[in-house]
Amino acid sequence: MALAAMIPSPTPALQIKGLKKTYATGVEALHGIDLEVQHGDFFALLGPNGAGKSTAIGIISSLVTFSEGSVTIFGHDIVNDYAAARACLGLVPQEFNFNQFDPVCEILMHQAGYYGIRRQDAAKRAQRLLEQFDLWEKRSVMARELSGGMKRRLMIARAMIHDPQLLILDEPTAGVDLEIRHNLWHYLKEINSQGTTIILTTHYLEEAEQLCRTIAIISNGRIRADTTMRELLDQLDSEHFVLYLKNPLLHCPKIDGYALHCPDSRTLEATVSKGADLNHLFDELNAQGIDIVSMKNKTNRLEKLFLQLVGHRFD
Amino acid sequence: MSLKQQLVALQSMLIREYLRFIRIWVQTLLPPAITTVLYFIIFGELIGSQLADIGGYRYMDYIAPGLVLMSVITNAYANVVSSFYSSKFQRHIEELLVSPVSNFVILTGFVGGGVMRGLSVGLTVTAVTVFFAEIPLSHLALTLGVAVLTCILFSLAGFINGIYAKSFDDISIIPTFVLTPLTYLGGIFYSLDMLSPFWQQVSLFNPILHMIGLFRYGWMGIQEVDTVNSLLLIIAVIVMLTYVCLRLLKRGTGIRP
Repeated sequence: MALAAMIPSPTPALQIKGLKKTYATGVEALHGIDLEVQHGDFFALLGPNGAGKSTAIGIISSLVTFSEGSVTIFGHDIVNDYAAARACLGLVPQEFNFNQFDPVCEILMHQAGYYGIRRQDAAKRAQRLLEQFDLWEKRSVMARELSGGMKRRLMIARAMIHDPQLLILDEPTAGVDLEIRHNLWHYLKEINSQGTTIILTTHYLEEAEQLCRTIAIISNGRIRADTTMRELLDQLDSEHFVLYLKNPLLHCPKIDGYALHCPDSRTLEATVSKGADLNHLFDELNAQGIDIVSMKNKTNRLEKLFLQLVGHRFD
Repeated sequence: MSLKQQLVALQSMLIREYLRFIRIWVQTLLPPAITTVLYFIIFGELIGSQLADIGGYRYMDYIAPGLVLMSVITNAYANVVSSFYSSKFQRHIEELLVSPVSNFVILTGFVGGGVMRGLSVGLTVTAVTVFFAEIPLSHLALTLGVAVLTCILFSLAGFINGIYAKSFDDISIIPTFVLTPLTYLGGIFYSLDMLSPFWQQVSLFNPILHMIGLFRYGWMGIQEVDTVNSLLLIIAVIVMLTYVCLRLLKRGTGIRP
């Protein structure tokens, strides 16, 4: 279902051409970026702080003006055909942006109204979403009284009130606990499988690696990479693993073709070059009487590439 | 977005704006009533009883329409400027900016909130006035019409203030240094005839004088300004302010960096 939804259609969910943004202060946030997100995709837009992610999202969602270029959402220009473009879009911004003094249910009801949804229908949609996000019992509570996680869920529920075709989430899991994060991932995967195109920005790179099929990395207002997650990860020339050992080592082993390092007697770190066989490493270690209990990647694979692409040195 | 959907959006904005001020009615509707009672006691009863009648009416009766309209002006303006600025401050203006709602509907929604608050306060203050002054209501339609137009005009002015405001201080500068002096010098407490010919001419440039003059005419039949000219002036200012507001919204001034 998800793969079928990803097949490029003649009209991309989002098309950005030559987008430039210079703020009144003279800061050039975007230097003419091009980006295309296919209908049904789960797309990661990553970049360090100040890279231009929020500016790009702000422009797509009509919160920020742009200097040059064009943006279309499902073929609708965000300036000339703004109503149709905005009707396709749902936004979960990074910071809480609802009236803290409004009751939870009213926030959803008002938002539905702004999309032309009549109040009777809005009430039903609000109930469905509040139940789905476990907020129904808080429907009459003032939004400021909610916990951080609840506020985050409220923003997602609000963005979904008009069933958008394109959902943009700007760091949706920042500051939420593990359980909520996993529930949110499950929800996002589900709506993506039902055809909703999702664009996600996050600083948790494992989150992007787990959820997204396509990725763009932006740095200093320029797109540094725009490819599938698989192709990007294939660019890795080596991977680093941490192996936990059953018995303590007397000395650090040496195996041709692998760089091994022992930070302590029960831990072995291995650098495996692209194309090298991990099974061969295990066989060699077993032959030397070294039993492995468990293993993990030393760093997130995407993190290494990310740091390379945005110009940081990787240690 | 169809016209019907735009109307649904407008309805949502109006409900939101209404709930915003009615939920805190002790802060929004009650203070003007208390202030008006104090005006009636001090200016109307204590000082006014020592003054001669104006246009055949007791001083207390003469100042009544001006006091009602002053409350309407202040509250229509304050409602829009505070609602719009706090929506910028808390960033929930973004709920509207990302939606397909047109700029005209956004403006109408905020102005509608100002009109509702202005009229609600006007009715509350009028209810208090019953205990102190006569309410002949010589021309009911004109009285209501002027109240509504006044609400619209000052709501639009409040909207512009809200757009440019960058801090809570900015939303009190115009009311303190422009609105209050113009209101007090707009003939609430005195008749234009009491001024020298020079100051009479100067006063005619004060748009609030025309509103109070018209409102008083509708309320008690005392004609101090030309009805048609004053109405046209108010409508012309409303059209001009509407144009300015829509231009600012289109440019994204103060809301879209």
